[in-house]
Amino acid sequence: MIREYTTTVEISGPLMLVDGVEGVAYEELVEIELPDGEIRHGKVLEIDSRMTLIQLFEGSSGTGITESRVRFLGKQVELGVSEEMLGRVFDGQGRPRAPFDTAPPIVPEKMKNINGAPINPCARDYPAEFIQTGFSSIDGINTLVRGQKLPVFSGSGLPHAAVAAQIARQAKVIGGGENFAVVFAAMGITFEEADYFIRDFRKTGAMDRAVVFMNLASDPAIERISTPRMALTAAEYLAYEKDMHILVILTDMTNYCDALREISAARKEVPGRRGYPGYLYTDLASLYERAGRIKGRKGSITQIPILTMPEDDKTHPIPDLTGYITEGQLILNRELHKKGIYPPMDVMESLSRLKDKGIGKNKTREDHADLFNQLMAAYSAGKDAKELAVILGVAALSPLDQKYLAFAHEYEKKYISQGEHESRNIEETLDLGWELLKLLPRSEMKRIDPGRLDKYWPEEVASS
Amino acid sequence: MISGTIDKIAGPLVVADGMKDARMYDLVYVSDYKLIGEIIELKEDKASIQVYEETGGLKPGDPVTATGKPLSVELGPGLVTAIYDGIQRPLDEIRKVAGDWITRGISIRGLDHGKEWDFAPVATVGLKVTGGEVLGSVPETKLITHKVMVPPEVSGEITWMIEAGKYNIDTIIAKLKTSDGSTVELPMYHNWPVRKPRPIAEKKAPEEPLITGQRVIDAFFPLGKGGTACVPGPFGSGKTVIQHQLAKWADAEMVVYVGCGERGNEMTDVLQEFPELEDPKTGEPLILRTVLVANTSNMPVAAREASVYTGITIGEYFRDMGYSVALMADSTSRWAEAMREMSGRLEEMPGEEGYPAYLGTRIAEFYERAGNVKCIGGDRSGALTVVGAVSPAGGDLSDPVVQSTLRVVKVFWSLQARLAYARHFPAIGWLDSYSLYTDNLKDYYDEKLGTEWVPMIKEAISLLQQEANLLEIARLVGAESLSPEDQLILFTARSLREDFLHQNAFHDVDTYTSITKQKIMMEVIMHTSAEMKKAIRSSVSPGELFELPLKEEIARMSYIPEDRLDDIEAIKKHVNSQINDLIEKEQIA
Repeated sequence: MIREYTTTVEISGPLMLVDGVEGVAYEELVEIELPDGEIRHGKVLEIDSRMTLIQLFEGSSGTGITESRVRFLGKQVELGVSEEMLGRVFDGQGRPRAPFDTAPPIVPEKMKNINGAPINPCARDYPAEFIQTGFSSIDGINTLVRGQKLPVFSGSGLPHAAVAAQIARQAKVIGGGENFAVVFAAMGITFEEADYFIRDFRKTGAMDRAVVFMNLASDPAIERISTPRMALTAAEYLAYEKDMHILVILTDMTNYCDALREISAARKEVPGRRGYPGYLYTDLASLYERAGRIKGRKGSITQIPILTMPEDDKTHPIPDLTGYITEGQLILNRELHKKGIYPPMDVMESLSRLKDKGIGKNKTREDHADLFNQLMAAYSAGKDAKELAVILGVAALSPLDQKYLAFAHEYEKKYISQGEHESRNIEETLDLGWELLKLLPRSEMKRIDPGRLDKYWPEEVASS
Repeated sequence: MISGTIDKIAGPLVVADGMKDARMYDLVYVSDYKLIGEIIELKEDKASIQVYEETGGLKPGDPVTATGKPLSVELGPGLVTAIYDGIQRPLDEIRKVAGDWITRGISIRGLDHGKEWDFAPVATVGLKVTGGEVLGSVPETKLITHKVMVPPEVSGEITWMIEAGKYNIDTIIAKLKTSDGSTVELPMYHNWPVRKPRPIAEKKAPEEPLITGQRVIDAFFPLGKGGTACVPGPFGSGKTVIQHQLAKWADAEMVVYVGCGERGNEMTDVLQEFPELEDPKTGEPLILRTVLVANTSNMPVAAREASVYTGITIGEYFRDMGYSVALMADSTSRWAEAMREMSGRLEEMPGEEGYPAYLGTRIAEFYERAGNVKCIGGDRSGALTVVGAVSPAGGDLSDPVVQSTLRVVKVFWSLQARLAYARHFPAIGWLDSYSLYTDNLKDYYDEKLGTEWVPMIKEAISLLQQEANLLEIARLVGAESLSPEDQLILFTARSLREDFLHQNAFHDVDTYTSITKQKIMMEVIMHTSAEMKKAIRSSVSPGELFELPLKEEIARMSYIPEDRLDDIEAIKKHVNSQINDLIEKEQIA
């Protein structure tokens, strides 16, 4: 039953208050018809026995108190899904998005509630399949696995778009039969940036295996709330019902959070840190936790959310709360970027929490974990030496510190840095690690199991 | 039954009319979906209800029924190995009913009421019993013998006891005649409200350490059985790994792990790993002594608030049986945030950072439920140790949750991002962490490890403090210009850090170190330091000393298995001979 009301009493920001509504359910989908016939959408945000508060997805400009006809549709926000979505570009509400996509709307196979439901922890399967991204700084150090959520923390002006596009291009599972697709959700990014992704996807043929949801900077900010939910609903459908392995890229989460703050402010809620609502953590979790694998189902959802840290500040609520939910983070570093290192991956501060289950014998190679630990320890020592050298000069460093200093330099230049179209396989990455460690004395290899050290770096070599 | 109707819905908060006779914290069923909620505010005839499930689709006018009982858990055989959500619904059963995603309005009881257990009576007819007294026992798992007790606050004379046999938990196993002449029938389980601490006879100070196999904890900042600890740290500093390591290796007889508002995959990790890992003491799978409470970050926020109470009530129940129980709560910040969210929706006046003003009280009440206790009803001692992870915003320790927690806990393991970046794990900072139990535990250590252990640890900590000061100077003038003695301090402190404190949780051997091995390792390092000091006095140059091959041997100590501790002992001899060679060479020259 559809009920129509013209009893709007207040419009403020993205919110609309309607009086005397009966039988409306919390979170119900709403249609608002403007005098010129234009249809806007919204959902019920709060109800009491008299008033109903509606959040407008496309913003309130042009809506009026007397002329808006408000219809309650008796269902929650849904997305029509089908396999035809592959290769298509949609807007934040699941309609074809011109000018990127001018084809007619898809014929949905079924409708799905965009909020999803929490995966039962008992039903989850632990992510353990190594995804080779072709980046040494990811594969070797902060390994990504299928079903993981690993965000990229970036800053304005850093090449996160290029990194994300390269991952989407190169990612593969070793020996895995490929049934792989990318779901890409853009929230509030510029036309240029969106165009870069679409072009890159088209050029490399990735577009045929991609579903894109696009909300540009010029689109209504409020639509950014539903955009990632639409994308994840599409991803869940493809992964769990069509057995596909889905990589979801969400960019830029900062814009998403700002839209959330806008609504919270309009509702006059008690603000948390920096004006973001107190439930920001819960809200972000309801997106990020939709990554994963499920026992007995073939597909998987791997998430790479991208966010730009205001002033490169990692303690800002958005990166902070994201880091507490996601399974690690890849941090791009401005200093490295200025040195011309691409990708400017800050391997010290980056982390992949799930790497331990995804690396080692039969996955990457038995020496991977030890090698990783040793490389990190050595790079850290090298960076300490560098700090010391700034004060004292290189000559004043101990011979050992000088070796560490040289190591850190080579590590950045040869290991972290690589070309925008260079994809290194895992063997190459690991061998490169050993090659670099040999710049140091063998007795410094404290993090490596003695047996493995003998195998990959026989003792005789050390004395030469 | 008190029934009313929904007036207002805002997220997890529902306000209902017609609830004048309801009581605070009563359990209610909301709408025809029968969503579970709890009354958290009463105003005239309106009740504010926090709902433990998604509220989408609810309408004003929908019915609300109060049960007249507070939120409770079922306590009886069948708890061990279970995985529950925040309000004690078994997640594996939910999966059987609802599939891979959690849907709403599923009502499943915490215990399996059909399963039959081998019950052996202990108490006899005619005995006068009070709350906590053991009526009989059930071998629940290979590791846990479940003691079926008279519920607290019940007492009387046993008029009938069931014979030994196989029964389900609904079977009446005993009848009591109470002082007022009425008869109480006792099944194998009872309910207990989660927000009410279970009574104890007496609380004592912790006397024994909870051995965790983690060197930095056992040696430097030990936790007493029945004590409290907190682990605050920014993301990525290894809070969860430490909690997992404690759940795996701590020598508690029973472990309750509460995943409060954290990642789904982490709970899956525990679920998949614990049935396979062996308890170092008994060789049996760890899951046989574990109860899991999982309310992941995307599950309803109000149930997150309840999950820590559900967990600690189960912990107290096993403590009452006389077990040493360890409870890990990861993370208490999410619990506090859930409180903040509900407080905000109730439009309460916020305290610091939007948290409710009663935050500190709630945290203190929670940690006070830990303790080394004499149990009620018989001569049993039990202990409930609580370790809470805290996730402060931006890693800033001035966070209200951290500060409120530090006011009540006795052990502080300070996780540092700087150490985590250098991949020094566990990233527990040795300069600002503390344990207030070291004095209580001295007698235990003197007896188990000899009286030399405590002074040796004090010396090691002091060396690390001196290192911090010396590094400041070394940064200005260079390490080479320090005196040989000071250079030795730097050398020893580095060895302490890298060869003792650093521990690889993912290495088969290194993941657990017995206190015996910890002592030998520490002795080797301190012995080396003492011998080097002698050599320096005999004018051997520090450079030569620090390049000796003994360094490599010491670095590999942690990988030597527990059954080859003599190999570590032997290092001392190598140290002596290598250093003596240098001294002799120096004397000849």
